[in-house]
Amino acid sequence: MNQKDNQTSVAAPNSWHMIRAMGGIGLLCGLLIVMTYEATLPIIDQKKAEYLEKAIFVVLPDAASIQPFEWKQSGEFAQAAGVGVPGRLTFAGYDQQNNLVGIAVDARGQGFQDVIRILYGYSFEKQAIIGFVVLESKETPGLGDKIEKDENFLRNFEALDVSLTPDGSTVANPIVAVKNGTKTESWQLDAITGATISSNAIANILQKSTAEWMPALVENKTVFEK
Amino acid sequence: MANSSTEKQSTNDFIRGLWEENPVFVQVLGMCPVLAVSNTATNALAMGLATAFVLMMSSTLVSSLRSFIPKQVRIASFILIIATFVTVTEYIIQAISIELHKALGAFISLIVVNCVILGRSEAFASKNTIGRAFLDAAGMGAGFTFALLCLGAVREILGSGSLFGVPVLGTHFEPWVVMILPSGGFFTLAGWLLFFNWRKEKKKIQEKRAKAALAEV
Repeated sequence: MNQKDNQTSVAAPNSWHMIRAMGGIGLLCGLLIVMTYEATLPIIDQKKAEYLEKAIFVVLPDAASIQPFEWKQSGEFAQAAGVGVPGRLTFAGYDQQNNLVGIAVDARGQGFQDVIRILYGYSFEKQAIIGFVVLESKETPGLGDKIEKDENFLRNFEALDVSLTPDGSTVANPIVAVKNGTKTESWQLDAITGATISSNAIANILQKSTAEWMPALVENKTVFEK
Repeated sequence: MANSSTEKQSTNDFIRGLWEENPVFVQVLGMCPVLAVSNTATNALAMGLATAFVLMMSSTLVSSLRSFIPKQVRIASFILIIATFVTVTEYIIQAISIELHKALGAFISLIVVNCVILGRSEAFASKNTIGRAFLDAAGMGAGFTFALLCLGAVREILGSGSLFGVPVLGTHFEPWVVMILPSGGFFTLAGWLLFFNWRKEKKKIQEKRAKAALAEV
């Protein structure tokens, strides 16, 4: 076989061999991923439930015990079996004397990179958000991920006003993000410089979630009380 | 004689990645996780072990399938294999600790594009036996983990006054916050690179002097 023949054999490989290699590797990789997923799923679900439970106590710092409630399609809250059960859940927190201290609400929305999942604590007494934790986020490391740890940003959630209109139908002042250092009202979020999109994403998630949940929570406050 | 030669080759395959051709301090590869996830020793160790696991598994599989993969589709095949092991690693890390998974964040997925892994598959695993590919990957993985740990330990000690979360510098120590910020990663890496290059230069000078002394004799 001369040099020309060699070049031809490299330039025109057997198509079947290429398809077989890619298809075979794809099948093998698929099997490996699915097997690992199936094996780890129950453990991951359990760990996620434990992590969520810890986060609830962070956003409701005065709580000593919690009780999950499921929002039914019929428009009412009912006690749920556990933190990790499927369904639209909110979590009521109680102090040592079993007095209701607030509700932890799970919310999610589009961030800069991917969906951001957060948990915030609502106080009936203050009519404000009193705690905030990012549960899942893939925001840009070093920039967008500051929403999880920037102290100035987290200070927004010490008492973020979400009080309702007098008729209780909606939030009086929807949460908005403002340029860093220009916050003047208690319902404004002081954004992070260099992470404007992620800050706005948090404001949008909270705005939508509070508009949906706050009237329902206030209306059903007695359901949560022990 | 043959056994001794094979043994020596195996040791060389392993040691090369760990020290002589350390992927971080010598080849300066895979800088993204090195700088970003080395703010604490725990994160650095976890990222190093995750990368080492993906490196070893993918190199072993690439080597075992090397005669089955045509050259024309090798890169696509390698990426598919690497991405699979990264996904597997991500599930395993989640099953071990959700907090750790959250701390490592997007960097677990980014192991797919770590040039150390694709580089070893292309340059070594696809051309050598399974045993040699595994040893080479284990050496490179250990070297990568060692380098991350070197950075993570220095940054955590100076930036937080602790190592693996245990206070080591006492309460009187005022942490250098800059060390756990991104700029601290660059400072620490520069320090380690300086140290490794200084050692290399020193060794060269010693070898030169020894040669000169030998020539005089």
